Amino acid sequence: MRVALSVACFEDVLFPGTAKAVTVLLERLGHEVAFPPGQTCCGQFHWTAGYHREAAGLARSHAAAFEGCEVVVAPSASCAATVRADYPKIARAARDPGLARAAEGLAFYELTEFLVDVLGVTDVGAYFPHRVTYHPSCRSLRTLGVGDRPVRLLRSVRGLDLVELPSAGECCGFGGAFAMKNADVSVAMVADKVRHVRDTGAEVVCAVDDSCLAHIGGALSRLRGGVRTMHLAEILAETGPA
Amino acid sequence: MPRPKFAAAARPELADTRSRRNLRGATAALRGREAAAAAGTADWEDLREAGRAIGDGALLDLDAHLEELERAVTEAGGTVHWAADAAEARLVVTGLVRATGAKEVVKAASATTREIGLNDALARAGVTVRETGVAEMVVQLGEDAPSHLLSPAAHRDRAEIAELLRRAVPGAGPGLADDPEALAAAARTHLRDRFLRARVAVTGANFLVAETGTLVLLESEGNARMCLTLPETLISIAGIDKVVPTWDDMEVFLQLLPRSSTGDRMTPYVSSWTGVTPGDGPRAFHLVLLDNGRTRALADEVGRAALRCIRCSACSNVCPVYERTGGRPYGPVHPGPIGAVLTPLTRGVESAADASLPYASTLCGACADVCPVKIDIPDVLVHLRGKVVESRRRRPVPTPEMALMRGLAWTMGDPRRHEAAVRRGVRWARLLSRGGRIRRLPGLLGKWTEARDLPAPPAESFRGWWDRTRA
Ligand code: SF4
Repeated sequence: MRVALSVACFEDVLFPGTAKAVTVLLERLGHEVAFPPGQTCCGQFHWTAGYHREAAGLARSHAAAFEGCEVVVAPSASCAATVRADYPKIARAARDPGLARAAEGLAFYELTEFLVDVLGVTDVGAYFPHRVTYHPSCRSLRTLGVGDRPVRLLRSVRGLDLVELPSAGECCGFGGAFAMKNADVSVAMVADKVRHVRDTGAEVVCAVDDSCLAHIGGALSRLRGGVRTMHLAEILAETGPA
Repeated sequence: MPRPKFAAAARPELADTRSRRNLRGATAALRGREAAAAAGTADWEDLREAGRAIGDGALLDLDAHLEELERAVTEAGGTVHWAADAAEARLVVTGLVRATGAKEVVKAASATTREIGLNDALARAGVTVRETGVAEMVVQLGEDAPSHLLSPAAHRDRAEIAELLRRAVPGAGPGLADDPEALAAAARTHLRDRFLRARVAVTGANFLVAETGTLVLLESEGNARMCLTLPETLISIAGIDKVVPTWDDMEVFLQLLPRSSTGDRMTPYVSSWTGVTPGDGPRAFHLVLLDNGRTRALADEVGRAALRCIRCSACSNVCPVYERTGGRPYGPVHPGPIGAVLTPLTRGVESAADASLPYASTLCGACADVCPVKIDIPDVLVHLRGKVVESRRRRPVPTPEMALMRGLAWTMGDPRRHEAAVRRGVRWARLLSRGGRIRRLPGLLGKWTEARDLPAPPAESFRGWWDRTRA
């Protein structure tokens, strides 16, 4: 299958390893990966911050960048959620039925949904001999409802010791502009999240959203927490020594 | 002094470790009970959908239902008063109390009286207000502000409550134990003769049934019920959004409310009262119907969904922001996620404090998941953020944030501009980094690095890698 990759704007710059891992992984599974060059940003940040006019502009060009693609895969649950759940709302707010139609025409998947539902695989042939815990991000959990797909994928990774995260479903406190506008509350939230992560004794905390990982990782780094953050795709792309 | 923005008001609350521990305990316990109650109700999703539909239906023809309600209340011997805003409501209620000549009123179960600032108004009129709900009483004794919709003293623990009662209740004595039963008993003794003395009572109501003119109130202590039966004059005050068309609708809400508020299948005391009954109960009954911005909210296409709220507080109990700040930073009207939407919906976003409320959420969605009448609170929050930004667009000089967001959108609006900016940004960010992390960002972004690092961007973006290896 020819899979178009949607890479979040900040992921492109700060976490290029995630999209590289998705590329490597999908190619290993025998698919052709494309990176439509017109893409910049899905508009989520502007939309949730209240800049609805700007969000509509970004949404239009983002949807146009993937026009005609058979299937689009995003390693960022929040971007996938924006396209699927928010574009209709952005279109409504901008009174732009064209955008609503364009969004409807896209087969836009979050990575684990694509692997499990479209490709029908949970064992992607990965090997990662580490103790790992998984943080279900809010957008993956509640907006997309990815459920246990990420966990099923992780369970099939050879060598991986999956440990459960206490209060896993609780928000890490990032929330886009929230982390800046309500920095104190945001920090109080991530402090609890980091405490739970460290309680697991895991070496690695993973998620399907680099935004939450940037937040959790940022707090861990400040604390010298001794725990790494990794996107789930990076774990799935690992095959260990040949 | 203007009310502070949410972020500023949250700071002292975050520092109050005792209050935070008490709140965490209270919300976690309620959360668990609510989840169990929902899971134990086989048709929970059907009930929620029914609640949503009844709420929407009631709001759709609100004016007709209100007229029907007024007719029914009047026929039953009551008097209906309309109050457009808080000031008018205060005037009506103080006037009614004054007319009775009473110097003291007992009050129960009403967030609406808090909304209009009734206690202060009555005090200014020389009337003493006695709170009769145990939690309200504790808040009144402690001279602080309520922190939770249903248990206003959720930030207090038993030791603190015992201490307040020991000081206030004559005869409670230093020996008062701090177990819940002893505390409730002390409060009850304290209240008993007040009830017997009281000539005027002020209450709220959870629902107003239009077809019969009946008010319905749910509570767990039985104190509100005393207010409904013992005094000579009963004044009930309720928002116009509390109307349900028919008695049959109560079947749904009487199931939804207890499960969502306390995790119980039934509420211990459900009282309903209609007008006056000769020889039984109050001789005069007044219903004050309060607008205070509710029709303004009703006119908002997206926001009106919030008027379905039945004040169960389930959204507060699951909200990670509320859990850490308590209800007070949300302002004097409604705490928690629903307060973050109802307050700006009813009051507008002109003041900095009201405009900060839609941002007091990470949009994690936990509130929408539990709401028994399916209010999509994050959806309304984002909608209101749009209103806040629109109201700022008219300023002659753009705020730094506005300039930044517009600039970002302009840059990202075009792939070539975007790529050039990314290259510049990466170079700049790498200059700021030490050992692979950025510990201090300038300008608006500095809030991020107050307590969190940012990873330094690798030398090559994904785009760069793709062009080098795949294109
Ligand atoms: S918004 Fe929903 S969950 Fe929150 S208090 Fe109202 S009814 Fe309850």
